[in-house]
Amino acid sequence: MAETNFKIWRGDADGGDFQEYSTEVTEGMVVLDAVHQIQAESANDLACRWNCKAGKCGSCSAEVNGVPKLMCMTRLNDLPLDQGVNIQPMKTFPVIKDLTCDVSWNYRVKKRIKPFKPRKPDNEDGTWNINQDDIDRVQEFRKCIECFLCQDVCHVLREHQLHEEFIGPRALVYTAALEMHPLDTEDRLEDLKKADGIGYCNITKCCTHVCPEEITITDNAIIPLKERVVDRFYDPLVRLFNKLFGS
Amino acid sequence: MAYEPLTISGSRIPNTIRRDAWWRTPVLVFIGFSTFIVYSTWAAFQGEHYTFGPYLSPFYSPELFGTSSHAWFGIRPGFWPDWFPYSPAFLILWAPAGFRLTCYYYRGAYYKAFWADPPACAVSEPRKNYRGENSFPLIIQNIHRYMLYVAMGFIVFLSWDAILGFNFDGKFGIGVGSLVLMINVVLLAGYTFGCHSLRHLVGGALDQISKSPTRQCAWKGVTCLNKKHQMWAWLSLFWVGFTDVYVRLCSMGIWTDFRIL
Repeated sequence: MAETNFKIWRGDADGGDFQEYSTEVTEGMVVLDAVHQIQAESANDLACRWNCKAGKCGSCSAEVNGVPKLMCMTRLNDLPLDQGVNIQPMKTFPVIKDLTCDVSWNYRVKKRIKPFKPRKPDNEDGTWNINQDDIDRVQEFRKCIECFLCQDVCHVLREHQLHEEFIGPRALVYTAALEMHPLDTEDRLEDLKKADGIGYCNITKCCTHVCPEEITITDNAIIPLKERVVDRFYDPLVRLFNKLFGS
Repeated sequence: MAYEPLTISGSRIPNTIRRDAWWRTPVLVFIGFSTFIVYSTWAAFQGEHYTFGPYLSPFYSPELFGTSSHAWFGIRPGFWPDWFPYSPAFLILWAPAGFRLTCYYYRGAYYKAFWADPPACAVSEPRKNYRGENSFPLIIQNIHRYMLYVAMGFIVFLSWDAILGFNFDGKFGIGVGSLVLMINVVLLAGYTFGCHSLRHLVGGALDQISKSPTRQCAWKGVTCLNKKHQMWAWLSLFWVGFTDVYVRLCSMGIWTDFRIL
């Protein structure tokens, strides 16, 4: 490989622009390697958040050629290097500096979700019996590394900035992990409909497409939650059935 | 706290710096859906050439009122206004159309392709306001499960039509059309029984699904189909249109229905 041009967004909350850098790209490099190389060679003050370099910490989220990605998992030989590489911070969150942004909103939203409330223990020693099949369904959601790429790509947050009305795919996955848990007894459906704004999701599946952990966010978390909301608020037959025979 | 989106200088409308062919999928979806809508509307208005031998076009099944031997109740319903053209398809096409219109897969696809809401992932939208499915009119999408109930009834009717497609004047036979009708019902069943609402209703609503082995088994079956829901959606859409084309062209004498047996 050879010298490659990179356009990296530089700036802070007050504004900024793309700046061009050039660095030598060698075999096996990922975007984060190139950013570190540029940092070392020509932009010592370039801010970039990273930690594990293995796609497990969720720190190095950014937009590479306009697509939300983990920089550490984006191989440069998968990109059209002859056109250069564009790197910018996640668009959905306020920029702190360069490629880092303030994702604290996600943690505040998560705190708002009703916590896990298990039923009484099944055994005298305070333990529960759980069938593996029941737990398998929610196990997938626990793979989330909180990189917030799904929040970044979600057009409800990204384009319409409905942060106050919609909690976004990551928080919905978290809710699904609790709501569908075989031990959980908490009821979050009213919150899902009102405070969490699940109706804003129009199932574009962009969150699923960008998830580096390949969690089937839309089909396995959001749509099942939407269906539970339909049960409670929009389906008179199910409501009648539940009233007659118990839910 | 207000969240101002990061403005990317130098970008054009639509605002994205994606370099891949992000527009390709929405354009293909737009062309695919538009072609089907135009053709099915045209075919519904024809009111003729919808049967050939034992075959009945799925656009006209079940034929509640009509002129063919497949009709259930007579030629034309009494309530139908004289001034409006009548076609048996008008009485039934709302059901599969409603099922597909409210389908979770199709919703995501046509929101992108027809309303640019968004045009593609990480591509900006032409409008500022957004209400999603949170309020009228799109809140109506929540009737999807009711459309599913109707659609499942159609699978029964179309299965019967497929069986009748092997009945040539009281004798068993196999024509190319018999296979076309059979494939049609298999694809439509694959699409219908992989529905997200069905997946929820048969077992998804239960947190301890293992306590209901029958529902668990059904849930696993629906989940298996649901994983390829998009594929079933497109294949069944194409094939149901093709089935009508096949019956129509055979009826018009343009195509010959070859007998295999």
